[in-house]
Amino acid sequence: MIELEEVWRIFRVGEGEVHALKHVSLTIERGEHVALVGPSGSGKSTLLHIVGCLDRPTRGRYLLEGREVGTLSEEERSLIRRHRIGFVFQFFHLLPRLSALANVELPMLFAGTPPEERRERAAQALKAVGLSHRAEHRPDQLSGGERQRVAIARAVVMDPAVLLADEPTGNLDRASAGEVMELIERMNARGLTLVVVTHDPAIAGRAKRVIRMDDGAIQRSGVRGPGFEPRAASPESQGGG
Amino acid sequence: MRFLDLLSFAAGALRGHRLRTALSVAGVAVGISAVVALTALGEGARRYVVDQFAALGSNLLVVLPGKVETTGGAPFGGVTHDLTIDDYRAIARLQRVRRSAPLAVATDTVHFRDRGRAVPVLGTTADFAAVRRLEIGSGEFLPVGDPNQGGNEIVLGVTVAQELFRSENPLGQVVRVGPWRFRVVGVLAPRGQSLTFNMDDVVLIPVGTAMRVFNRSSLFRILVDVRMRGEMEVTKKDVERLMAERHRAEDVTVITQDALLTAFSAILNALTLALVGIASVSLAVAGVGIMNVMLVSVTERRAEIGLLKALGAQDRQVLAAFLTEAVLLATGGGVAGLALGAGAIRAFVGIYPSFPASPPAWAVASALGLSLAVGVGFGVWPARRATRLDPVAALAKR
Ligand SMILES: Nc1ncnc2c1ncn2[C@@H]1O[C@H](COP(=O)(O)OP(=O)(O)OP(=O)(O)O)[C@@H](O)[C@H]1O
Ligand SMILES: [Mg+2]
Repeated sequence: MIELEEVWRIFRVGEGEVHALKHVSLTIERGEHVALVGPSGSGKSTLLHIVGCLDRPTRGRYLLEGREVGTLSEEERSLIRRHRIGFVFQFFHLLPRLSALANVELPMLFAGTPPEERRERAAQALKAVGLSHRAEHRPDQLSGGERQRVAIARAVVMDPAVLLADEPTGNLDRASAGEVMELIERMNARGLTLVVVTHDPAIAGRAKRVIRMDDGAIQRSGVRGPGFEPRAASPESQGGG
Repeated sequence: MRFLDLLSFAAGALRGHRLRTALSVAGVAVGISAVVALTALGEGARRYVVDQFAALGSNLLVVLPGKVETTGGAPFGGVTHDLTIDDYRAIARLQRVRRSAPLAVATDTVHFRDRGRAVPVLGTTADFAAVRRLEIGSGEFLPVGDPNQGGNEIVLGVTVAQELFRSENPLGQVVRVGPWRFRVVGVLAPRGQSLTFNMDDVVLIPVGTAMRVFNRSSLFRILVDVRMRGEMEVTKKDVERLMAERHRAEDVTVITQDALLTAFSAILNALTLALVGIASVSLAVAGVGIMNVMLVSVTERRAEIGLLKALGAQDRQVLAAFLTEAVLLATGGGVAGLALGAGAIRAFVGIYPSFPASPPAWAVASALGLSLAVGVGFGVWPARRATRLDPVAALAKR
């Protein structure tokens, strides 16, 4: 459902150029759980942004659910983000002035969903992440783990095809990180395609498949076998191949 | 996106910065209240003048020597005949004229014993009181009689009477105007400013006397009271024809009160517009304030904008959201400004009850329209900046 062919992303910086992605070719099937790992600056976020239609490839083709999306208008790409893609960020990005419920309602607000339906679906999504009792709390009244769960509820409330998470546990302690990962894995188990960028070997180890990036290029991707040890799955130990 | 959702989303964002919101609303409020208050004053001035004209008598024609308008044919500059007392008598005999009064004017000092006061001295006839709707406070007005003869009666404006006679009764006393002596026959009731003269501060003497005493060959004006309001124009033609016959030239000007009124009105409208222009400057300043607040807001909320885009908000929705904030600020200021302006006008009327100051409906409507325009006009650039923000960059920075 996600197909990248020879994708390049080149940033112009002053006189020079930064090759953030170099001939990246990649296919992710529906319902997969993929971990994207690699050293800082290797292009993980850049790749995720392109997959999430927030950025466009400089070169190459990107097909989402069979549609060439790199050439669509900004308007249409907004609609794809709205309906097909859910984002989860390291820093949660909840609007501090809104309650948890209102934050979850946001995507539906811009989709023009009627208020009653909006509230009901948002409440449902909050219930699914176990935060019904926090619906009226504002983000500053929630713990980090709770905030990220609200963000996850918001990301899935439009029932997207793919959930893109950029270091979703980067700001969480181990216990909250575990809860958050369990949550999105449960959603993955119900068919949601999952791409998680992480620096945490333990988190990466939970994925069915790990894609390792280095200097803008994909180093290795593989499917984990059943008896796989989480520690050994750390990107570093995979490096040499 | 639903309109109400858009409104409440924008209002929610504004509530996040109460002080900043309040200050920019206050800025617009000051601008709008200035517009409203100043138009009310300008409009009040116009109404005041209109009322004054009405008090003058609405059927008034004024004849003055010399051709003011150059309507085709003979241009100004030919021989101008004097406007004489005989001209006045001829006009007074016209069918459509109810009554008429000649007017000769000079300024001189009126003396009573050692006290003197320099005032306009108006030479006229008994009918002047009716034509100008003057009332007598005590005694009587100038006597009816041959205007060419002229006696030594004098009628004092109330201020003149007070200044010269203090507590004494002026009736029957003798005052001097230059070397000439006059007998006081009456004092006018208080009247106040009536366009050209403050009728409290004049003296009136028979026109024949005035012409002799001041050595005038021409009247200053002839005032004509027309019988029917609907016959103003016909009567004006009558007078013009009569004068053309008598002078064998078109050398007088007849103006209707409407023409005067229109001229005054135009001047006062210009004044009102000038006031509005000045007030608009403060509104423009307020607009720049809104722009500033919105720019700060856009810069501060980069992450929010990035997030909204990531969640699928279209560019035009982001634009609408930020524009709505600016418009809310401006219209909030507009409503507050209307209230403030109404309060200011009320206070003003409290101090000067005779001044008919109230904001015209068009000013209220355009003040609101203006505030809306300020919101859109000064909000659009910041909102566009929000739209153009690259979501990736916006989300990257915390
Ligand atoms: N807007 C940009 N302009 C210029 N260079 C950029 C831009 N965005 C990313 N880069 C560069 O592209 C490369 C990849 O960046 P990217 O953010 O994708 O790395 P990353 O793997 O997500 O790193 P991290 O693990 O630290 O988040 C880096 O060298 C970065 O400096
Ligand atoms: Mg990154």
